[in-house]
Amino acid sequence: MTTILTEQQLELTIQRLCHQILEHHLHMENTVLIGLQPRGVYVSDRIAAQLKKQLGEEKVQYGKLDITFYRDDIRKELHVANQTDIPFSIEGKKVILIDDVLYTGRTIRAALDALLDYGRPAKVELCILIDRKSSRELPIQPDYAGKSIDSLISQKVKVLWKEKDGKEEVILL
Amino acid sequence: MQLSTKHLLGIRDLQPADIKIILDTATQFKEVLQRPVKKVPSLRDITVVNLFFENSTRTRISFELAEKRLSADTINFTASNSSVSKGETLLDTVNNILSMKVDLVVMRHSASGAPHFLAKHIPAAIINAGDGINEHPTQALLDAFSIREKLGTLKGKKIAIIGDIMHSRVALSNIYLLKKMGAEVMVAGPPTLIPKYIKEAFDVQIEYDLKKALQWCDVANVLRIQLERQNQVLFSSLREYNLAYGVKKSLLDSLKKEILVMHPGPINRGVEIDSDVADSQHSIILQQVENGVAVRMAVLYLLAGGKMQQH
Repeated sequence: MTTILTEQQLELTIQRLCHQILEHHLHMENTVLIGLQPRGVYVSDRIAAQLKKQLGEEKVQYGKLDITFYRDDIRKELHVANQTDIPFSIEGKKVILIDDVLYTGRTIRAALDALLDYGRPAKVELCILIDRKSSRELPIQPDYAGKSIDSLISQKVKVLWKEKDGKEEVILL
Repeated sequence: MQLSTKHLLGIRDLQPADIKIILDTATQFKEVLQRPVKKVPSLRDITVVNLFFENSTRTRISFELAEKRLSADTINFTASNSSVSKGETLLDTVNNILSMKVDLVVMRHSASGAPHFLAKHIPAAIINAGDGINEHPTQALLDAFSIREKLGTLKGKKIAIIGDIMHSRVALSNIYLLKKMGAEVMVAGPPTLIPKYIKEAFDVQIEYDLKKALQWCDVANVLRIQLERQNQVLFSSLREYNLAYGVKKSLLDSLKKEILVMHPGPINRGVEIDSDVADSQHSIILQQVENGVAVRMAVLYLLAGGKMQQH
């Protein structure tokens, strides 16, 4: 087991991702944040909170998307569906999808399909905490990446959060 | 995550955990039905045949909508327009349809046990949309979903099922489900319409006085008088049934608490339920219909997904 990010590094990484997002979306006027269920929401909750603190509550539009019904492996295995809550229109907006780990890219492919059933966004960008850059199965890359790592298929990246696991850490098993 | 059964033949075969998975999944599908695009691609590789050997409006349209919202291909079969009228047997009908590569069968039939018979002879997964006077599992599931939506839980809640219990598949499925989920159940109606040993068989309370039943319950599930299933006259007249057992506004107003009123449909206005009750704020009859699509989507999704090929 290797530690990829300690609690302090995790907090700094999320702060840096927030600043990178603001660099490209200065006032977040036409931009919305969407966190992917079930684990991406821990990242997006923190990013949304920080951006709200900096810009003001009403400036940051934040939603959560569950992609269970859009997965391409339904005939093999069923997953529990979590809540989707997108209380605004994405038509013509810039959408920043947020997830914790980018591995094969299939989740993001499903998220794009799901998103496009909500409207036609002006642009979709991807913000990822951990990029397992050598294991892609689809041509999908992040616009904002916390940390890029090389990993084997046999390895697993676990992201631990205070509210779920009692501590904040990213480890490679 | 997987249901413990390959088919949905009845609530009798389901575990409480299965019921919870179905209701939780239906909650997410209800959200899908509020979206601008009310569709998900989950079943786009699946073909479903709706085999209805008995009349239906609600159930048939509800299943068809659920299938289409899951992007499945649907085929509708009504017995009256088919070769069944030329004498084709049930098994021949189904095998002919299955040779056209249909994956899921949704069936309503007037013979109790028809879907169970079919399940032994065909490889497709079967959803029972009502078999004779046996079960109507998706109705019980959507009833439970509707109660859970309004009251938060089923556990400990008091549900009175009122009317023709004897001939009602909706009643039986509801009794199985509510007992499995920890609710208290009472059956109420004229003695001629309540099976003799139902209390011992299912541990439900029996009440012949409608007012007492309504005073006891949190939810009243009102059943239609099943005229087409009765072989003998079991009460004197529809008017007399209405006087003794019809759910009336004056009765509801006289209760100490607000109760929910449900009905599986179709309603006989002025018989088992008066119009001013059916259209009142106590009634969640139309929400039941709305929830029916979400619940059927959940059942189709859960039966079609997972290790389907390995069955």
